[in-house]
Amino acid sequence: MRIPVTWLVENLEFAETPTPEQLAEAFVRIGIEVEDVHKLDSVTGPLVAGRVVEIEELTEFKKPIRYCQVEVGPDQVNGIVCGASNFQEGDTVVVALPGAVLPGDFTIAARKTYGKTSNGMICSARELGLGDDHAGIMVLPSGTAQPGDDALELLGLGDTVIEVAPTPDRGYAFSVRGLAREIACAFDVPYRDPGTAEVPEGEGEVLPVTVEDPVACPRFVARRVSGVDPTAPTPWWMRRRLMLAGIRSISLPVDVTNYVMLELGQPLHAFDAASVKGGLVVRRAVAGEKLTTLDEQVRALDPDDIVIADDTGVISLAGVMGGASTEVSATSSDILLEAANWDPASIARTVRRHKLPSEAAKRFERTVDPALAPVALERAARLLDMFGDGSIKPGRTDVGTPAQPKPVSMPINLPDKVAGVNYARGVTARRLGQIGCQVEVTTGDDGATMVTAIPPTWRSDLTQPADLVEEVLRLEGYDTIPSTLPPAPAGRGLTEQQRRRRTVSRALAENGFVEVKPFPFVAPSVFDALGLPEGDVRRNTVSVLNPLESDKHALATTLVPGLLETVQRNLARGQKDVAVYTIAQVTLPRTQQVPVPQVGVGERPSDAQVASLLAALPQQPVHVAAVLAGHREQAGWWGKGRQADWADAVQAARLVGQAYGVELTAVASDLAPWHPGRCAELRVGDWPVGHAGELHPKVVEALGLPKRTVAMELDLDALPLTDHRPAPVVSAYPPVLLDVAVVVPAEVPAEQVARVLRGGGGSLLEDIRLFDVYTGDQVGEGKRSLAYSLRFRAPDRTLTVDEATAARDAAVAAAAERFGAVLRA
Amino acid sequence: MSGANDPYDPKQVAALSPEALGAAVEQAREAFAKAADLDELAAVKPSHLGDRSPVLLARREIGALPPAAKAEAGKRVNEAQNAVKAAFEERRARLQAERDERVLREETVDVTLPWDRVPRGARHPISTLAERIGDVFVAMGYEVAEGPELETEWFNFDALNFGKDHPARTMQDTFYVAPADSGLVLRTHTSPVQARTLLDRELPVYVVCPGRTFRTDELDATHTPVFHQVEGLAVDKGLTMAHLKGTLDAFARAMFGEDSKTRLRPSFFPFTEPSAEVDVWFPEKKGGAGWVEWGGCGMVNPNVLRNCGVDPDVYSGFAFGMGLERTLQFRNGLPDMRDMVEGDVRFTQPFGTEA
Repeated sequence: MRIPVTWLVENLEFAETPTPEQLAEAFVRIGIEVEDVHKLDSVTGPLVAGRVVEIEELTEFKKPIRYCQVEVGPDQVNGIVCGASNFQEGDTVVVALPGAVLPGDFTIAARKTYGKTSNGMICSARELGLGDDHAGIMVLPSGTAQPGDDALELLGLGDTVIEVAPTPDRGYAFSVRGLAREIACAFDVPYRDPGTAEVPEGEGEVLPVTVEDPVACPRFVARRVSGVDPTAPTPWWMRRRLMLAGIRSISLPVDVTNYVMLELGQPLHAFDAASVKGGLVVRRAVAGEKLTTLDEQVRALDPDDIVIADDTGVISLAGVMGGASTEVSATSSDILLEAANWDPASIARTVRRHKLPSEAAKRFERTVDPALAPVALERAARLLDMFGDGSIKPGRTDVGTPAQPKPVSMPINLPDKVAGVNYARGVTARRLGQIGCQVEVTTGDDGATMVTAIPPTWRSDLTQPADLVEEVLRLEGYDTIPSTLPPAPAGRGLTEQQRRRRTVSRALAENGFVEVKPFPFVAPSVFDALGLPEGDVRRNTVSVLNPLESDKHALATTLVPGLLETVQRNLARGQKDVAVYTIAQVTLPRTQQVPVPQVGVGERPSDAQVASLLAALPQQPVHVAAVLAGHREQAGWWGKGRQADWADAVQAARLVGQAYGVELTAVASDLAPWHPGRCAELRVGDWPVGHAGELHPKVVEALGLPKRTVAMELDLDALPLTDHRPAPVVSAYPPVLLDVAVVVPAEVPAEQVARVLRGGGGSLLEDIRLFDVYTGDQVGEGKRSLAYSLRFRAPDRTLTVDEATAARDAAVAAAAERFGAVLRA
Repeated sequence: MSGANDPYDPKQVAALSPEALGAAVEQAREAFAKAADLDELAAVKPSHLGDRSPVLLARREIGALPPAAKAEAGKRVNEAQNAVKAAFEERRARLQAERDERVLREETVDVTLPWDRVPRGARHPISTLAERIGDVFVAMGYEVAEGPELETEWFNFDALNFGKDHPARTMQDTFYVAPADSGLVLRTHTSPVQARTLLDRELPVYVVCPGRTFRTDELDATHTPVFHQVEGLAVDKGLTMAHLKGTLDAFARAMFGEDSKTRLRPSFFPFTEPSAEVDVWFPEKKGGAGWVEWGGCGMVNPNVLRNCGVDPDVYSGFAFGMGLERTLQFRNGLPDMRDMVEGDVRFTQPFGTEA
């Protein structure tokens, strides 16, 4: 909301008016956000009122241009070229004479343009920094000023506009009334509240009004002013304030309703009374009903919309926008004024449903003071009476009894206890009184002093002690609250899982992988590209109802698609070799998805309710995934590079296992999107925890990835938090090193051979390492030779070669028994 | 050959004369000195230290000497032989040193050659920032709490005192998942972890929760629909807003240096009352030290405590939350938030493994 300082301070009694900067600081200090402070004084030099004497239309140019003779002082007429055409001869306009400087350091000088000499400029509001209205030049109401009058003063260009954004709980602050009260509190100065003016009794009804839904409309008030001169101009002071507030002047009745809304915070609606047929009914819309709103849009109404109807049907979308059929026109003289309170939530829904934000709705959504409607109506009626020469009809319709604010009690020292401050005696009662509460201080039987506050009608947000506490604290200033650390509790540090996750991430980064954070949104079509079979569990996704990109509506069940997209982006940007990883939750729907139970608030839900809330959520384990494309080792002056291959992916998975303190075993597997012959399933014991290997060539091709792109993905949460507490005993005796090559059937996994050799070698076998794999003529079809280095060592003596050889033979014998392995000659 | 009892005959023992031995030593020295490398030295060694060398031949003559002369002649021969050996060793040591030096010189490389055989990896700065914040609070006695990203509305909104019609619940702000009445949302903040923590843990609780959050903002230079927050929650007896302020100040100092501090401005959040915006004094702010909007905070709304079964008459608490992308953006002076989400390795690599 934009508010001119002169308007803000109108009802405040300052000994010395603060500067706009001081006012803005005060707003911020007490919790009204200030978005901007617009100084209007950047206009200097000769700026005067002028009367347009004569207009010559210049038609030889691409756009209409006027050459005007403008009287800019006694006996002084300047020829001025103007591109606007929203004025006529006799109008009073604002003229910047040569020498004037407008905002943006725009110096006005006499100049030749469109074949004429232009001695000055006729100004629009925006050119003067008075708002955004650039639809045409500013035409002042006739009689506002005489040619040559100083327009700096006339326009109030010494003023400043403060733009504030109150928080949504403070509906009252969307008005001059509410903001002025805030300033009164901030500076501790007296304040005259225009919102509590006495209203004369009405004589009878204005018209019959039936409120069918009192929840939707707690109060509906109407008043009528007839005989308004439809041609009566809005007084300049009012137009100026509206303009500075960012609202365009339309007609006196509309301007008056807007002005009162800004002043008091009560939105009003003006109907052309002659167009209203019969009495009014306030109700919810009926499905199928339509309304043409003021913006000429035909709107299909929803049964949740609150409407005002007359005998002809719906004539207004209540609290949001009026209807075209009863709009105040250029000939309307009989004005029906309406002020009401509407259910904030309904208004908010209607605004969203019809995408129709309005100044009125903005206020109704945040709750309007229910005591204000008759006061605001009276104010508007009097303004119409005064400036439109109308006469206020004696009747007033006032339907509904809005809820009265409920008293809130608290220990009077609660603010002190919450803030950690000892406030001066009397502060709490004084501050609560200042914001409009009726305050009573009592001492209970236990000797404790309590304060009871009945909040003012405009503060429906004050419902509990904490709300009162905030008022005291913010008005005393958050900057008076000291900075004290709470006594430190004894924490247990990071959990085992948290520590291990960190280690996993660091291990991957230190091994050349770059961490990325793809969004968890995937297009289900990616599962086709990945070659996942129908019915694959990863195709079972949770779907976002309002995705940002309509195709990417599924929550990721696997991290690989996001990583592949990241790889593609890097490749598209010229990267050749990419190694990336990510650690994130995936979302896996349960096979039997249970609905979320209805759980209320106000007390702790039962354990059963909590359990069913948690059970309604899909499982969301944390996964880790990595993708390598291109070279794992770069070519360089040292020689050739090395293409990433399946083993790098498996190694990355093993690295994760090591970082987590568990040993992963690889088992040949065949799972999309991996290459059926180059995919390892990683297991902890017999428990599968993920896959690694080379991607299927078709997947690589479909996604335009470098050949032999590899990937791994593990369920980190499936890795057990084993008690990792090794106790190695290191022998200082010399080892015996022996090599052995065994020929085994080609399909026997190397890891199994190693395991059997290790078992057969017994406790003397300290280490076993595969150093060569051979297939070919020398070992025969269907066989392969695996060559191992064995290191034997005794814990307590120098091992003899004979002992070691015996242990080696035992190892080979075990492999022979298990796989039919034979020693390679 | 002279007999043992033969009279002394100086002619027969000319080879044992001091002159002859001195000349032999001198010849050896010259020959060794002339040897240009270890091979040449080895080649001349037999002529001066071998069995046929003058000094060893002279030694054979000692037996011919009368007993009285033997001792002196033996001593002379020994001295001469030692002198030749010493000359040899000295020369050999010199030549070896020269050879070693030459070899090392020849092995000189250009140590400025690049080595990026395996390009460096890096952690995402948001991850390291989150861990760093976690560490700051763990050092203050807090624990790190976690929660799921797909969350029930009850935890994300209801428990946190959001009314049924609060605008944040609309699909203009919040991602909902199918079916339409699923009651599940992608959490819009890390605050649902507050409720989970209070339901889950024994009081008092002091926790921080870094995590990924979601709002339906379009991606641009200063917004991303998927972002990260860190949430702090303390619920204990006697906690005050002064404790909140002290904690935030300590947090600010840990993140932005000893000169940093915070400022609270009154604000509104459904789950705190009183509520405040947190500004942080950032000494290294682009364009000069100044206040930067950092996050939101407040005293836990008694309604939230009640919803989680905590008696607000006995316990009080404070909570705060900051956006990590925003923190990283102003701390490092990063112009565009999109770089944090697109995964371009050129953005992440310079961060290495610490942020």
